[in-house]
Amino acid sequence: MSALHAFRQTLVWMFAVTTAAAPAWAAPKVDFNRDIRPVLSDNCFACHGPDTAKMKGGLRLDVREAALAPAKSGKHAIVPGNAAGSEIIRRITSTDADDLMPPPESHKSISNTQRELLSRWIEQGAEYQGHWAYQIPKRPEAPAGPAAIDHLVGRQLATVGLKHSPEADRRELARRLHFDLLGLPAQPADVEAFANDTSPEAYERLVDRLIASPHFGERMAIGWLDVVRFADTIGYHSDNPRNIWPYRDYVIRAFNSNKPFDTFTREQLAGDLLAPGSVEQLVGSAFNRLLLTTEEGGAQTKDYESRYLTDRVRAVGAVWLGQTTGCAQCHDHKFDPFSTRDFYALGAFFADVKETIIGRREDGMFVTDDNQARELRRRRDVLNGVQTLLDGSHPELASVMAAWEQSLSAALAAEDRWNRLTPASASTSGDAKLKILDDRSLLASGAAPDTDTYTVRFTNGSPRIGGIRIEALPDDSLPAKGPGRASNGNFVLTEVVARFERPGAAPRAIPLTRARASHEQTTFAENNPYKAWTAASTFDLDSKGTSAGWAILPLPGQRHQLLLAPAQPVDWAPGETLVVELQQKHGNGHHTLGRFRIAVATDAALDSPGALPPPTDLAEALRVPADQRNETLRKRLVEAFKKQAPELASLRTLLEDAKKSVADYEASLPRCIVTERGDPRTVRVLPRGNWLIETGDIMEPTLPVALSANHAKPQRKLTRLDLAEWILSPDNPLPTRVVMNRLWKQFFGTGLSKVLDDLGAQGEPPSNPALLDWLACEFRSSGWNVKHMVRTIVLSSTYRQSSKPSKESLARDPEGRLLSRQSRWRLDAELVRDNALALGGLLVPTVGGPSVRPYQPDGYWENLNFPQRGYDASAGDGQYRRGLYTWWQRSYTHPSMLAFDAPTREECAADRPRSNIPQQALVLLNDPSYVEAAKAFASRILREAPADNAARLRWAVRQAVARDATPAELATLGKLLERQLADYRADSAAARAFISTGLWSPAVALDPAELAAWTDIARALLNLHETITRS
Amino acid sequence: MNPADEFRQYLGQHRTRRVFLGRAAQGLGSLALASLLKPGLLEAASPAAEDRWTGVVNPAHFPPRAKRVIWMTMAGGPSHLETFDPKPKLAEMHGKPMPESFTRGKQIAQLQGQKLVCYGPQLKFRNFGKSPAEICELFPQLGSVLDRVCMVRSMTSEAINHDPAHMFMNTGSQIAGRPSMGSWITYGLGCDAEDLPGFVVLTSLGRGGQNQPIAARQWASGFLPSRFQGVHLRGKGDPVLYLGNPPGVSRERQGRVIEAVNQLNSQHDAVVDDPEIAARIAQYEMAFQMQASVPGLMDASKESQKTLELYGCKPGDGSFASNCLLARRLAERGVRFIQLYHKDWDHHGGVKQGVEFKAQEIDRACMALITDLEQRDLLRDTIIVWAGEFGRTPMSQGGDGRDHHNAGFTIWLAGGGVRGGTVYGSTDELGYAAVENPIDVHDLHATLLRLLGIEHTRLSVKFQGLDARLTGIAGRVIPELMA
Repeated sequence: MSALHAFRQTLVWMFAVTTAAAPAWAAPKVDFNRDIRPVLSDNCFACHGPDTAKMKGGLRLDVREAALAPAKSGKHAIVPGNAAGSEIIRRITSTDADDLMPPPESHKSISNTQRELLSRWIEQGAEYQGHWAYQIPKRPEAPAGPAAIDHLVGRQLATVGLKHSPEADRRELARRLHFDLLGLPAQPADVEAFANDTSPEAYERLVDRLIASPHFGERMAIGWLDVVRFADTIGYHSDNPRNIWPYRDYVIRAFNSNKPFDTFTREQLAGDLLAPGSVEQLVGSAFNRLLLTTEEGGAQTKDYESRYLTDRVRAVGAVWLGQTTGCAQCHDHKFDPFSTRDFYALGAFFADVKETIIGRREDGMFVTDDNQARELRRRRDVLNGVQTLLDGSHPELASVMAAWEQSLSAALAAEDRWNRLTPASASTSGDAKLKILDDRSLLASGAAPDTDTYTVRFTNGSPRIGGIRIEALPDDSLPAKGPGRASNGNFVLTEVVARFERPGAAPRAIPLTRARASHEQTTFAENNPYKAWTAASTFDLDSKGTSAGWAILPLPGQRHQLLLAPAQPVDWAPGETLVVELQQKHGNGHHTLGRFRIAVATDAALDSPGALPPPTDLAEALRVPADQRNETLRKRLVEAFKKQAPELASLRTLLEDAKKSVADYEASLPRCIVTERGDPRTVRVLPRGNWLIETGDIMEPTLPVALSANHAKPQRKLTRLDLAEWILSPDNPLPTRVVMNRLWKQFFGTGLSKVLDDLGAQGEPPSNPALLDWLACEFRSSGWNVKHMVRTIVLSSTYRQSSKPSKESLARDPEGRLLSRQSRWRLDAELVRDNALALGGLLVPTVGGPSVRPYQPDGYWENLNFPQRGYDASAGDGQYRRGLYTWWQRSYTHPSMLAFDAPTREECAADRPRSNIPQQALVLLNDPSYVEAAKAFASRILREAPADNAARLRWAVRQAVARDATPAELATLGKLLERQLADYRADSAAARAFISTGLWSPAVALDPAELAAWTDIARALLNLHETITRS
Repeated sequence: MNPADEFRQYLGQHRTRRVFLGRAAQGLGSLALASLLKPGLLEAASPAAEDRWTGVVNPAHFPPRAKRVIWMTMAGGPSHLETFDPKPKLAEMHGKPMPESFTRGKQIAQLQGQKLVCYGPQLKFRNFGKSPAEICELFPQLGSVLDRVCMVRSMTSEAINHDPAHMFMNTGSQIAGRPSMGSWITYGLGCDAEDLPGFVVLTSLGRGGQNQPIAARQWASGFLPSRFQGVHLRGKGDPVLYLGNPPGVSRERQGRVIEAVNQLNSQHDAVVDDPEIAARIAQYEMAFQMQASVPGLMDASKESQKTLELYGCKPGDGSFASNCLLARRLAERGVRFIQLYHKDWDHHGGVKQGVEFKAQEIDRACMALITDLEQRDLLRDTIIVWAGEFGRTPMSQGGDGRDHHNAGFTIWLAGGGVRGGTVYGSTDELGYAAVENPIDVHDLHATLLRLLGIEHTRLSVKFQGLDARLTGIAGRVIPELMA
């Protein structure tokens, strides 16, 4: 390599810079869309464009009639045919800073070339053209099929004296097709077979085989999942999971089955409105649920309602329209015909999509295949059958029920057993206050600490204590009406201590040994040693910690009771004070009692069925004489009876089993949040996007006015299906171009218009407008046939060109935008991973299923909260799935994906950048996924290649880059092998440690030093620029 | 041209030159790697020096007053009423209904629809003599350097929930996908560090347990190239993700693999002539260099006893104080933007004890960082920002806490170009809304950029058809904050 080479490269770069400003193919006739609109849009439209609220000087330059009319000053900005007489020319060339346009404070400026163009354009008559992207695409004259592409490219190349580059080497072609169509490396055997197949149909056969592969859909899905912002989590704040992966599989299936793109569009926007309402259509409609949502307490509904609306409008703009609709949230679009009213009217189409504004997403619809649906139906039928049996009348049990009712009534009467004592005093250990109420209960107020101990004293009562009852009572002053002071009305009573005190004597403890409660909480008990919030934990002397205690969710706002008893009744001697201490040491969230009452009994009769009086609702029914009970009360009693009657125990067990069988099966089934219709939310125009202002006009679903001017709209309230039909209508010039432009990038590395997310005035006019129009027309006339378009593109000679630039190609088409050659680029993040796994022979090719978790550095999720989350890497097959199945955590997307520019999918991403940063080196060198893949690749080399080192190295290089190694490469690798082998032989502990990376190990034991050294060879190969580059 | 292309082109031009030097001299790879394996051996051959991104604001729009920023994000939203904004009137009104004239039509978070009751300041305030500012008496160390500090008591924000409020404070927008300020500044000014990223993030937890989640998007580069994203230096495990070699792989063994990779890449480049390959080679050299330099940076055990005492930390304890010390080490090494997240300020309940904890955790560390930077002559060109994503309500929540609040709260600045020993702006007598000289997030950004020598309206890139800026379409430079 010489200095000359470098010098030439530098020249090429310099040339690239200088030619970028003035396209080499510029013709003398000034073209408004190509030459003038970008200048006006960049420099003038912000004040003299579509946003009429911001218009200055009464001058609008985006519409010809307005630009030719006199401005407020009376002067004419543009006088066709007379540049010198046009005010605009005078102002952009003025030397007076006050007069100059654009004004210096805007930091915009017009170059001399642009000034000259503007003058020439006015001299030539100042003809306007509508913005290219808003014109209906016209099919240019061209031969049919792939030849059309070559013809239209060739025509443009000819204007700069270029031709297509020669066809690429066949091995390279095979590799290129595999990456572009499947995202997987080509097997060397396939490459050889193709290279040696000289028949004229060989290429076409290969293309057709690849397009028919189930991995084609996976490859195609990646870009779509980016632009629709598919992810496994909600995005905001806690960023919790949601059930959505079946939508990903829907997308893969759609591409594999070649679902027409119009159907694909209708199903996503309005699958819930289509007949027959199949599972497939509904899963497609999950598109409407892909937005970011929140569970954050204290988020305001109106705020998030507005965020969700704007999120959905931006998505439609990005996915189908190639329009930056987001601008119009606050103001009329400054460059494109899209107003603020259009923005909210578009949002109104989605007002009927049911969405919890703040809170957890629902579990979603079951996504079952036929077998699963049948099995689910069977289990539900069993459940219904048993339930019907139990619900039926049971005359044979009439007498049993009567006896039961009687015992309950007796228990109700036994309330008298309890003596409600009047407290002599009550104190707290903190700043809370306890007030004694008329009914002898105590009410807490003031500070609500997280822990507190209430001490209540009684100076008179019964002669003997056989039981103590704590009633927790509801009160209107308490959160959720109590009885606790936590925000949900709960409390945790961690320990009850009772004793007698007498001045001058040691206190006499009342050892409590048994307890019962009217209700014990069983939820949120994972970390509770009792696995429930039990009565038993209130007299355990905190032997299992101070945090466990008695609690009552999910029944706040009601009376609850805790009964405690000593082993034997204890006498209460005269002069003694009874002290009851209620310890509440749970320690967070103000879990203390809000209102309670203490009673004592000489005999708690804890074991008798009537120890606890019936719950309030039954007590209410029992107090009404039997013959006067209405239907509700009767039913309440019957149901309660059936819940405990021993005679029905077996039926109840059957019911529980049937319920469990259904629940277990349901839990095993995939679910997906999909579009369900609800009452439409009211959509108002929010002035400047401010959701606090609720005076804006109410908007009904309406298509963007200017963009749909020629579209016949039904005269009724429009639905999302109408929106889809407009998107797909031949009157809408945008979607075919948008989709084809994105597709082009997949096969050429850059869109025909480089700005994939904006075909508006601020985007880039296509490098070959006729070609984009041809693709758009062909796409529509083929019946929105995606596979047809892919096939047409890859069969073209333009696609098959070599990516190695000739001197002429570099000089006259420096960026390759004229398509005088193919291009080369680093693989997408998912494909970098797939390639390594495939080379290691680890890749599990299963298509679809729940997202998986590749290895991830410990603690990467430590900043997630509500709840805190650990990360369990998938075991077994789940560890070796393709990259697109990686769990997509929006706020902490897998770091090795991020390093290779995978988007977080918090926003729609039509395009991915391709960076080249040190983190990529660190991932490929050190991420256990790649070390493990290298180890597996090494073991393949050792087992599958001929057993001599030079042959092994040649075999390995062919695997990695589908070509033969050069002698220099073999020397470099040979030297590395030799040094690593000697090194690892001398340090076998290191070798063993190294090859223990990852869950996978070779089936046959290999010499550790040898495997380690070859693993480093494999690492070197996996790290090569060429290995991760499609060329 | 979009920034990614611009960057690529820049890289292409520079690489070509460097590749030429490397090839012409000794053959690529071996030279650079030799120097990496033996630091100091061949300083001149350091690959990073030439690849350094020198920024798009070059030369500066104004004479810069500062070169770098250390931004202390007090995550959760500190109560200004228990820290830096004394409100005796609120104490008088304690327990009384909040006058509706203060709150009508304003955003409220968790207190929506509840009775609004005044909650007096829970901690005492005093004057520390060096500044007109009265601050909470639990901050005596900070009080001792208050003459370096500019208190801004009239800060406001548009957002009122944590996640969007952090996004707004960091990126000037509540919509995900915008670059964080650290990314903007690194893009604008480049980085002086040869072997470290320009934008570094450190996080620490408080012991009160109110640790709100922080999303990685808070330090994302948004639509700027990935190279400008913040790199999270972690307290546990590899300080930079994937920094450590695989088990059993020594630095020499790793070096040989990288050497082979780079040789193979340059051999391939000779055939296909792809400027990306030269860039790839340099990234491997940079990665290998970071593998050595980052652990060295993180190891503060060689700091003098005096320094450790000043900060009051033990190296590696993961505390905010330790992170302040690391921030100084990063500043010394030329890192452009250092952001420290300290969590646990979300005091919906127990605000008194909560702020007591926080004061213990940060008071000495803030003083130490100011003092330490000053004694190393770094304070004059380092801006320190102390700010939450919002403040807290003068109204009580749950009897002993405060809710989120964005109508007025306090932040402070110190260091390069900042007018120390002053108080700017004020809230009303109950501490509800900023009434005197209110400033918003865009103003703060505009002012910080000015101190760094950047005119905020001129640091923009094309995004979705617009000249997107950190300051959106707003932002005023506040001269009173500047010395």
